[in-house]
Amino acid sequence: MNLGQYYTAQDQFVLVPAIMLAMFACAVFLFDFLLFPKASQRKWLLAFVAFGVAMAGGGLYRQWAYLAKYGLTEITAFGGTLTVDGFSIFFNAMFLAATLVVGIMSYKYLEIEGEHHGEYYGLILLANCGMFFLAAGSDLITLFIGLELMALCFYILVGFLRGDKRSNEAALKYLILGAFSSGFLVYGFSVMYGLAGSTRLADVATAIAMRDAWDPLVFLALGTTAVGLLFKVAAVPFHMWAPDAYEGAPTAITGYLSVASKAASFAFLVRLLMGPLASARDVWAPLLSVVAILTMTVGNLAAITQSNIKRLLAYSSISHAGYILLGVIAGNSTGIQGVLVYLLVYTFMNLGAFAVITALRRRDIVGEDIDDLAGLMHKSPGYAVLMLIFMLSLAGIPPTAGFIGKYYIFLALIETGHFYLAAIGALYVAVAAYYYFRVVKSMFTSEATDKEPVASSFGLRVALGVTGVMTLLVGIFPEPFLRLAQTSVLLIR
Amino acid sequence: MNDHLLSWILFTPLIGMAVLLLIPSSKKNAIRIWANVAALAGFLVSLPLVFEFDKNASGYQFMERASWIPALGVQYLVGIDGISLLMVMLTTVIGVVAILSSWNAIQERTKEYYAMFLLLQTGMLGVFMSLDFFMFFVFWEVVLVPMYFIIGVWGGPRKLYASIKFFIYTLAGGALMLLGILALYFQYHHQFGTYTFEIQKLMALQLPWHMEQWVFWAFFIGFAIKVPMFPFHTWLPDAHVEAPTAGSVVLASVMLKMGTYGFIRFSLPLLPKASYDATIVQILAVLSIIGIMYGALVSLMQQDWKKLVAYSSVSHLGFCTLGIFALNPNGLSGSVLQQLNHGISTGMLFLVVGVAYERRHTRELKEYGGLAHTMPLYAKIAAFAMLSSAGLPLLNGFVGEFTILQGAFEASRIWAAFAVTGVIFGAAYLLWMYQRTFLGQITNPKNLGLPDMSLREVAVFAPLIVWALWIGIYPKPYFDVLEKPVAQIVERVRPGYFEAQQARLATEAPAQAAEVAR
Repeated sequence: MNLGQYYTAQDQFVLVPAIMLAMFACAVFLFDFLLFPKASQRKWLLAFVAFGVAMAGGGLYRQWAYLAKYGLTEITAFGGTLTVDGFSIFFNAMFLAATLVVGIMSYKYLEIEGEHHGEYYGLILLANCGMFFLAAGSDLITLFIGLELMALCFYILVGFLRGDKRSNEAALKYLILGAFSSGFLVYGFSVMYGLAGSTRLADVATAIAMRDAWDPLVFLALGTTAVGLLFKVAAVPFHMWAPDAYEGAPTAITGYLSVASKAASFAFLVRLLMGPLASARDVWAPLLSVVAILTMTVGNLAAITQSNIKRLLAYSSISHAGYILLGVIAGNSTGIQGVLVYLLVYTFMNLGAFAVITALRRRDIVGEDIDDLAGLMHKSPGYAVLMLIFMLSLAGIPPTAGFIGKYYIFLALIETGHFYLAAIGALYVAVAAYYYFRVVKSMFTSEATDKEPVASSFGLRVALGVTGVMTLLVGIFPEPFLRLAQTSVLLIR
Repeated sequence: MNDHLLSWILFTPLIGMAVLLLIPSSKKNAIRIWANVAALAGFLVSLPLVFEFDKNASGYQFMERASWIPALGVQYLVGIDGISLLMVMLTTVIGVVAILSSWNAIQERTKEYYAMFLLLQTGMLGVFMSLDFFMFFVFWEVVLVPMYFIIGVWGGPRKLYASIKFFIYTLAGGALMLLGILALYFQYHHQFGTYTFEIQKLMALQLPWHMEQWVFWAFFIGFAIKVPMFPFHTWLPDAHVEAPTAGSVVLASVMLKMGTYGFIRFSLPLLPKASYDATIVQILAVLSIIGIMYGALVSLMQQDWKKLVAYSSVSHLGFCTLGIFALNPNGLSGSVLQQLNHGISTGMLFLVVGVAYERRHTRELKEYGGLAHTMPLYAKIAAFAMLSSAGLPLLNGFVGEFTILQGAFEASRIWAAFAVTGVIFGAAYLLWMYQRTFLGQITNPKNLGLPDMSLREVAVFAPLIVWALWIGIYPKPYFDVLEKPVAQIVERVRPGYFEAQQARLATEAPAQAAEVAR
C-alpha cells in the first residue's frame, strides 16, 4: 500500500501553516510547565506564539508566491477538501496578525488577573489553526471541523478567568448557544449532502444550481446554515450571546473574538453564499438585507445606552457585522473586496481599542466603565490619542482606516443599485459617531476618577503601535491594501 | 516653491502643528508665539496667490496633480479659480485673526488648543482647494474633529451637547453626500469606462433625470446642513453660543462657507439640469427667504448676545443661498462676495462679543449697557462691525447684499421683495443690539471701570476693518476676479444665457434711446 497517494507534496504545501500552528500550540502545552514553572516567566511563551505565527506566515507567503509565479487561481489538496486561493491567504494573514497582536497584549493583563497560564497561548494558536480551515476549507466536513476547533478554543478562552463569575457565566452562555447554532449548521450541511450526495462545495453548488432557487429543500439548507453562521458573526436576531460573552471574557480575548472569530465566520459565510448557494441569491439577498438592517439598528441603538465599554464595543461590533453583511449583499467583486478591506481595517482598529482597554485593567481597578477612561488625556496622552484614532476609525471618519472600509461598502452598494440600504447605512454612521464620541468625550473633557497609571507593558505598547500605525496607514495610503484585496478577490473563481 | 504654491499653503499650518507638538506644554507663551507665527506664515505663504492670480484666465489655476489611490481613481488634485481664491484668502486671514484673538482667552491646555486650530486651518483650506471629489470629502470630514474638540473642550457650559450635535448633524449630511458622490463616480464609469473623482471630468456626465434629482438632494442635505439652510439650522446657535470666541469666528467666517461653496462648486456645475429645475429652484429660494426672515426675526428676540449674532448668520447665509439660486451673474457673484463679507463682518461681531465676554464672563445683553462710556475705542470698533454687518453703504455688507438683491430681482421680483425685509430687520436687530449694550447710561455697576481694548485686541480687528473698507469702497477687483468663474457656471446651468442677454440688450437699447430722446 502506497501512502504517498494519500499525502502528496502538494497536500503538505497547502497544509504547512496549519501544521505549524498546531505544532507550536502543542509545544506550548508540552513545555509550559517544564520550562516556566513560575507565572512571571510565562510571558516567554510568546516566543512560541511568535515563532508559530512566523512559520505559518512563511508557509502562506510561499503559497502566495507560488500562485503568483504560475498565475494560478488556486491550489487544492486532499482531493479537493482544502483550497488555497488569494481569498484564503488574505484571511489567513489577517488571522495571524490578530493572533500575534492578541498574544503580545495579553501577558500583563493575565498577570494582573492572576490567571497567567501557558494554555492561553496554546489555545490562541489552536484557535488560529481552526480559522485556517475555515478560510481554506472547500468541503463541508473540513469547514465544520475548523469551525468547531476554533469555537472550542474560544469557549475555554472566554472562561479563562476561572475565579471571575462573569467570565464563567459568559463561557457557559457562549458554549450553550454556540453548540445550539452548530447544531443548526450541521443540520443544514446534512441537507446539502442529501441534495448533492457529496460534501465538496463544488458538488453541492452544482446540485443546488440544478434546482429551483425556491425549492423547499434548498431553502431549508440555506435557512439552517445561515442561522448557524449569522450566530457566529453575531448578527441580529442571533446576537444575544455577544454582549455577555464580550463583557465576561478576558479583554484581549474579547478583542480576538470580535475580530478573528468574526472574520473567520465571514470567510465561511462568503464561501458558502458565493459558492454553493450562489444560485439561490434571489432568496438570500432580501433575507440578508433585513438581517443587515436589523443588525445595524439594534447594534447602534443598544450601544448608545451602554456604560460598560466592553459591552459598548460588543454592540458596536454587532453593528459592524451589519455593514460587512451589506458588502455580502452587494455580492459583486467590489462587495467582496469591501468585505475583505472592512475586515482588515476592523481587525486593526478594534484590536487597538481593546488594547487600550486592556491597559485600563490595573490592580484593584476593573477599568471597564467609560468613566474609567475619564481624564486619560491628562494621565497618558499617548493612550488617549491612540484611542481617539481608533474611535474615529470605528466611527468611519477620514483619514482613518475605518473610512476606507465603510467607503468600500458604500461603493459596492451604489454600484449594485442598493440605494436604500446605502442610505440607511450612511445614516447609522451618524448614530454610531454619537457613542464613539462618548468615549472620546470622557477621555478628553472629564477629570480623571483615579490616579493609578495605566498598566503598560512592552508588548502592549508594541501592539498599540502596530494597530495605531496600521489604522492611520490604511486610511492615508490605502493603495497597497486595496490592491491586495483586489488581487485576492480576483483569485477566487 | 511656486510650482507647489497651493500645497505649501495647504500644509503650512500642518507643519506648524507638527512643530507645535514638540514644544513642552508647560511653556505656554512659547506655544502661543509659535502658533501665531505659524498662522502668520500661513497667511504670508498664501499672499503670492493674490498677485499671481490671472483674473482673465478661465478654468483653474495653480493646479497640482499627483496620484493618491489609483485603485479607486483618486488623485491629489488641487487648483483654484476666482471663487476659491477669495475663500482661501478668507481662511488664511481669519486663521491669523482667530489665533491672535485667543491669546488671553485660552489658559488651559493651550498646546492642544492651538494644535487643533492649525489642523482646522489645513482642513478648511483643503476643502476650498480640492478639485478631486474624494479628496474634498476627506477634508470636509477632517474639519469636524478639531472643531468638535474646540467646542467640546474649551467651550461654555453646554459645550458637550453643542459639540456632539454639531458633529452628528454634519456627519449625517456628509454621509448622504458621499452616496451622491459615489453615484456620480459609477455613472461616469458607466459612460466613459474609467473611474475618476476629478470634478472637471465629471462635468462631462449626462445623468438621467431621476438620478440627477436624487444626487442633487443628497448633495443638498450635506451642504444645507453646513450652510445652514432653514430647517437644518438648529445646530448652529448651540455650537456658536458654546464655542470659545475664536471657535465661533472660524465657524461663522469660514466653516459655514464650506456649504455655500459646495453648492457653487459642485451642485451647480455637476447637476445643471436639477439646479435649473423650476420646482427645485423654487423650493430652495423659498427656504432661503424663510432663512433670511426667520433668522432676522429670531435675532430680534434674543437676550443672549452671541445667540443674536448666531441667528444673524442664518439670515445672512440665507442671502447667500438666495443669490446662488437666482442663477444669474449678479446673484452668484453677489453671493460669493457676501460670503466673504459675512466672514469679515460676523467674524468681527463675534470678536466684539468676545472682548466683552473676556472682561465680564457673561453674554446676557441686559448685563451690559452704556459700555461706550467706559470703553470708547471698543464702542467705535463695535459700531463699525455692526454697521458693516447691517450693510451700510461704503462698507462691505452693502455691496454684497445689493448685488444679491439685484440678482434676485432679475430672477423674481417677489423674491426680492421678501428678501429686502431681511435688510430692514437686519438693521433693526443690529442697531437695537448696539443700543442695548453700548448706548445709554451704565446701569450695571460691574461695567464701571472696565479696561478698554488692548493693542493686541485692536490688532485683531485691524485687518478685518481694512478689508471691510476696501470691499466697501472699491469692490471692483473682487468682481473682476469673480467674473470668469461665475460666467462659466451660469453658462453651464443656463446654456445660452449670455447670448440671450446680449440679444435682449440689442433690441431694448434703441427703444430706450428713442424713449429718452422723446
